[in-house]
Amino acid sequence: MSGTENTSPESGSAPESGRGSGPLLSVRDLTVSFRTAQGPVNVVKNLEFDVPRGGALGIVGESGSGKSMTSLAIMGLLPKGGTATGSVRFDGAELLGMSEREKRRIRGDRIAMIFQDPLSSLNPYYRVGTQIAEAYLSHRSGVSRRQARAVAIEAMERVHIRDAARRVDHYPHQFSGGMRQRIMIAMALSMEPDLIIADEPTTALDVTVQAQILDLLDEIRGETGAGLILITHDLAVVSEVTDQIVVMRAGETVERGAVEQVFSDPQADYTRRLLDAVPRIDDEIGVLRTTEITLPHDSAVPGTGRSTR
Amino acid sequence: MTTETPLFRGTDLVKEFATGSAGPLGRAKTFRAVDEVSLEVHRGETLAVVGESGSGKSTTARLVARLMDATSGKLEFEGADVTRAKGGELREFRGAVQVIFQDPYSSLNPKHTVERLVTAPLIYQGRKIPGGARAFTRELMERVGLDPMHSERYAAQFSGGQAQRIGIARALAVRPKLVICDEAVSALDVSVQAQVINLLRDLQSDEGFGYLFIAHDLAVVRQIATRVAVMSQGAIVETGMRDAIFERPEHEYTKTLLKAVPRINPEWDARRRTAEAARAGRPTEAVRDVVPATPDTEDPR
Repeated sequence: MSGTENTSPESGSAPESGRGSGPLLSVRDLTVSFRTAQGPVNVVKNLEFDVPRGGALGIVGESGSGKSMTSLAIMGLLPKGGTATGSVRFDGAELLGMSEREKRRIRGDRIAMIFQDPLSSLNPYYRVGTQIAEAYLSHRSGVSRRQARAVAIEAMERVHIRDAARRVDHYPHQFSGGMRQRIMIAMALSMEPDLIIADEPTTALDVTVQAQILDLLDEIRGETGAGLILITHDLAVVSEVTDQIVVMRAGETVERGAVEQVFSDPQADYTRRLLDAVPRIDDEIGVLRTTEITLPHDSAVPGTGRSTR
Repeated sequence: MTTETPLFRGTDLVKEFATGSAGPLGRAKTFRAVDEVSLEVHRGETLAVVGESGSGKSTTARLVARLMDATSGKLEFEGADVTRAKGGELREFRGAVQVIFQDPYSSLNPKHTVERLVTAPLIYQGRKIPGGARAFTRELMERVGLDPMHSERYAAQFSGGQAQRIGIARALAVRPKLVICDEAVSALDVSVQAQVINLLRDLQSDEGFGYLFIAHDLAVVRQIATRVAVMSQGAIVETGMRDAIFERPEHEYTKTLLKAVPRINPEWDARRRTAEAARAGRPTEAVRDVVPATPDTEDPR
């Protein structure tokens, strides 16, 4: 285990509920590597964390930190040439090395993923209701189209899309960016997942819309008891939404612990420097304390390249 | 208002875009992206224009830079009307006003060396390069914190933060008076962003130029602005001194915007500073070197 363990009195006993015992998701010694002409390159190294049932974990890092590769590894969606080793246990079942068929059953059904850009995840040629229903039908047997449509409308209502019974027949381009992200969340919700992985879900959104979507994620977590992994570059966002945090840099775990603990008494020098560099809205900091952070640059490794706006 | 002529003044700027062709009854449908916007930038100050997507802030920046012509309104630079400036007059204006864009990679030709990129504005303007291209480039690179020995490298060989520094060096090459930063630090990682913000502040205090700083990130604006104009649906809804806008916003939209910004719990920040001071064995006050962004922050204009 690399990095600094930042433990507080309360971080040891995570709230546990629902079926099974132990954490909902348990990641141990996760290493993601890519074959390159220069040999294998590890983009995620010996990562370890737990997500308790109903808990929210934030993974933060700058570009090239490996945070997005981590989510893709958990979902079994790594780009070509990438392999994951170690252990990712979801509700007791090992996900790494699971057959594609088994993985597909868990993906979407029990683990849902929300990406930064909802437009690229929605098909422009189909009505949004059809797409939500389609996702639902592919994971549930013995459900009629009419039932699936009702589920779609209900899911849209739950993410506070007004006039859902009419909007269900609209196409993605007829919705704003924030509304499209709500549709993605509705799609995820219709499955009643146990775990939601949100990768920069609000990075492309305006700040007022971001606040609404973050509130919505929080509300859903409270209502359904689903666990949440929030992947973001934004330290302020993570501080408001999650209770545990992993700070990553160049594939390494720099620090992890309870959010309050890490933010109020960071143990790793990198975390301290990162927190110093964040501009605060409540105060002019004067000279922002900065740090030259040089990362091992390897263009042969595919980036996820999603963290831009 | 002072009687001093502002560096730049835009009065009742309007930009309309056609949204459809003219129907049988004549008039084409138009969309008003910028709706009677008036703004001023003085020497040595930073006017931040904030707003969400579609607010018209970037279109306003383009009108000010004359990258796009206004439908109506007036642009004055150092007191002279430049609204319809052409030829030599426009070239002169373009030398005095420079733009730094959001994405350094798409605004810099990856196949050009730093030297070629940085000297291009001077060559375009037919100006002589003082001291020769090589020495000139190296001096500018040093000023923006780049290794001057890399002047022969290509834009694509630099990281995002470094590429943005090249963009800044290029803007500086013509010794501008007004620099328009259009989301200039938005695409950068937080540690790199802090460095570039510091660089922009340092350059301003050395050169005294005015910034028109277009941004959606209010926390960044708090660090760099002298005054703030808040835009919504093409119009400025509120404008004022930086601290007044952040501490005593009047317009409902400004309040909503400020409330929506995610914040790191200030109590956690305070505890961190105390912990850090204890670690360093110093009193809390000494931890942060607080330097005002601009010397005349409180100057009521």
